[in-house]
Amino acid sequence: MPSILMPALSPTMEEGKLAKWLKNVGDVVKPGDVIAEIETDKATMEVEAVDEGPLTAILVPAGAENVKVNTPIAVIGEADAAPAPKADAPKAETPRAGAAPVAAPAVITSGAPADAGIPAGAEMVTMTVREALREAMSEEMRRDPEVFLMGEEVGQYQGAYKISQGMLDEFGDKRVIDTPITEHGFTGLAVGAAFAGLKPIVEFMTFNFAMQAIDQIINSAAKTHYMSGGQLNCPIVFRGASGAAARVAAQHSQDYAAWYGHIPGLKVVMPYSAADAKGLLKSAIRDPNPVVFLENEILYGKSFEVPKVEDWLVPIGKARIARVGHHVTIVSFGIGMTHAMAAAEKLAAEGIEAEVIDLRTIRPMDLAAVIESVKKTNRCVCVEEGFPQFSVTSEIAAQIMTHAFDYLDAPVARVAGKDVPMPYAANLEKLALPNADEVAAAAKAVLYV
Amino acid sequence: MAVKSAYISKKSGKGDKPNLTNSGFTTEEELYAYREMLLIRRFEEKAGQLYGMGFIGGFCHLYIGQEAVVVGMEMAQKEGDAVITSYRDHGHMLAAGMDPKGVMAELTGRRGGLSKGKGGSMHMFSKEKQFYGGHGIVGAQVPLGAGLAFANKYRGNGQVSVAYFGDGAANQGQVYETFNMASIWKLPVIFVIENNRYAMGTAATRSTAQAEQLGARGAAFGIPYEQVDGMDVRAVRDAAERALDHCRSGEGPYILEMLTYRYRGHSMSDPAKYRSKEEVQKMREEHDPIEQVKARILNGKLATEDDLKKIDAEIRAIVTEAAEFAQNDPEPDVSELYTDIYVNA
Repeated sequence: MPSILMPALSPTMEEGKLAKWLKNVGDVVKPGDVIAEIETDKATMEVEAVDEGPLTAILVPAGAENVKVNTPIAVIGEADAAPAPKADAPKAETPRAGAAPVAAPAVITSGAPADAGIPAGAEMVTMTVREALREAMSEEMRRDPEVFLMGEEVGQYQGAYKISQGMLDEFGDKRVIDTPITEHGFTGLAVGAAFAGLKPIVEFMTFNFAMQAIDQIINSAAKTHYMSGGQLNCPIVFRGASGAAARVAAQHSQDYAAWYGHIPGLKVVMPYSAADAKGLLKSAIRDPNPVVFLENEILYGKSFEVPKVEDWLVPIGKARIARVGHHVTIVSFGIGMTHAMAAAEKLAAEGIEAEVIDLRTIRPMDLAAVIESVKKTNRCVCVEEGFPQFSVTSEIAAQIMTHAFDYLDAPVARVAGKDVPMPYAANLEKLALPNADEVAAAAKAVLYV
Repeated sequence: MAVKSAYISKKSGKGDKPNLTNSGFTTEEELYAYREMLLIRRFEEKAGQLYGMGFIGGFCHLYIGQEAVVVGMEMAQKEGDAVITSYRDHGHMLAAGMDPKGVMAELTGRRGGLSKGKGGSMHMFSKEKQFYGGHGIVGAQVPLGAGLAFANKYRGNGQVSVAYFGDGAANQGQVYETFNMASIWKLPVIFVIENNRYAMGTAATRSTAQAEQLGARGAAFGIPYEQVDGMDVRAVRDAAERALDHCRSGEGPYILEMLTYRYRGHSMSDPAKYRSKEEVQKMREEHDPIEQVKARILNGKLATEDDLKKIDAEIRAIVTEAAEFAQNDPEPDVSELYTDIYVNA
């Protein structure tokens, strides 16, 4: 008889909490009956029965966390058909650490020079990128009454991706402003408010929608300081998810690092870890220039260690050495770092020590950090999820050629998204994105091994 | 600027209008409007000349014929009210009290230009005068102007933003996105549609539904609107006062559709094949905003022919000085190429 599986609430959900059972074993349920509530850090949702019959077994107890999508949670029908013994079910006290991202924080922080910003002995707390972004905005809004947040669903809905959850309650609707679905208009409006000296944070539900507003970002926000001979600046942050999420196809999966990285007058930030997301967003909000802050939906739910210090700021324009090595340099940023770090692990198992550099900022780019590393390793692989042509990695390769040509023992290799619109089918989508094996293979290629 | 200061004292007054002439303007107001409009007219004529001589490059959009719109609006505004407009912006800058030398030197791309020569005709700004450009993308200034109003409302400072756009921009989608937000958030912004009948070379009747009532497009958003004779500075000033009162009272945006006319082409390279010479001539003869004021001044004996000649001479001197400065000021230092891209954080 049919078992009920843990459902996914969103394209990127991998696991969630089984909050509550609304039916008991023995109850007869009909299709459409709400039988349970499940939660993620983004939302709560009801689970409806699709079959009819007695609820014969509950396989996952109420309160269980980290229940993987598609785990059987209950059985409707004959008791003897229960497919999974109860002992296999996750327990309510399953530690969150089970959800640690590919790159464990311990690896990221060890001996990395850019982490010198963390005071010795500072307490570290585990938080998701989502929570880090929320803390950054909330702290800055407490600090400066001229900072405000506007965007679609940032207020009453609590954020389409729950970044702004709870902020309406704290700051009120004067400072957490739900906009109509009107990207071109509200972006221009926010830029005008920034010309007048306010410090808007504009949330794009995703940067795919910001293409409707790109004229205001580039022609109005980025260029006016120059065109006014330095009279009129635009202290604004445009932030939101960029790049591929999961199974949302070509129009919702584009990476905008190269697009905005092209434009003088903009700063472009693309963090990977929660610590950088928090520290860089706070710096971006304080920056007197327009900053495009590119997040990633898949990273929102990933947990990292974040220093618990008074005012955690990460400077814009400084790369971070995420892993020290001497055989080959791997440069990446944003979610590309997950592939870079995983590849470094694989390479280490084969005795190859990769130095991994997280650019963190696309513009202004910390080329000095890249060049310095390449002068040491003489080999470089650049990694990004964006399209390969006219990309951030092509820029890095060109700069290395210009500034470190004589140090190279092999041509710079690039691993990027494939040169195709993002497909929907799961297998094709996977092929379209870079992965750790491709990065490791590229590293071996430049090492000629 | 001397031309400007003569009028400032009245603006801060509480609406007392002593010595009203039959036209509804005081003598002082008639003379003020005359001087301001004449300054724009003579400045633009000179800019046209300098363009022909090769001193001004790129695009140059002259405001000749439309002077009453910006001068009438400016007469009703208070200090601190923000102004933003499109690329046909020289008149707006002069009316805002920006230095004619700085405007003209920007047109010639010199270091003394208001944007140090980096912006040109379409991109000048003055924080001091609350003039926020000068925007080259048709319609972009409309949400920007609403943003200035948003800031005023956020700060509760009682100031109003005036966002100008043309009948061409009235077909841009972002205008209606802005109407919607301005209405739901009750932003203190006046949308001034300068309907000069032609979007570049395309007549509004060929490009625009319900072209005879552009302001009515605000009705769908619940925004009050008026259609105004934009060639009559008195009508403009009166409508502006109503609009400003509405905005300052917290009731949200207001639309003023100004029926106006530009005598010159869209830009200096306009072949003018889309309208007849007779049409332009008829406007000039029957509706010229400066001639209307001049006639009222002389007929009402508010000033003599000689008084006006004296004003003409003053204006010519200002414009000549601006033109000489703009031709002789050096180009920007080459080091300026890489400055002002970012503000130092």
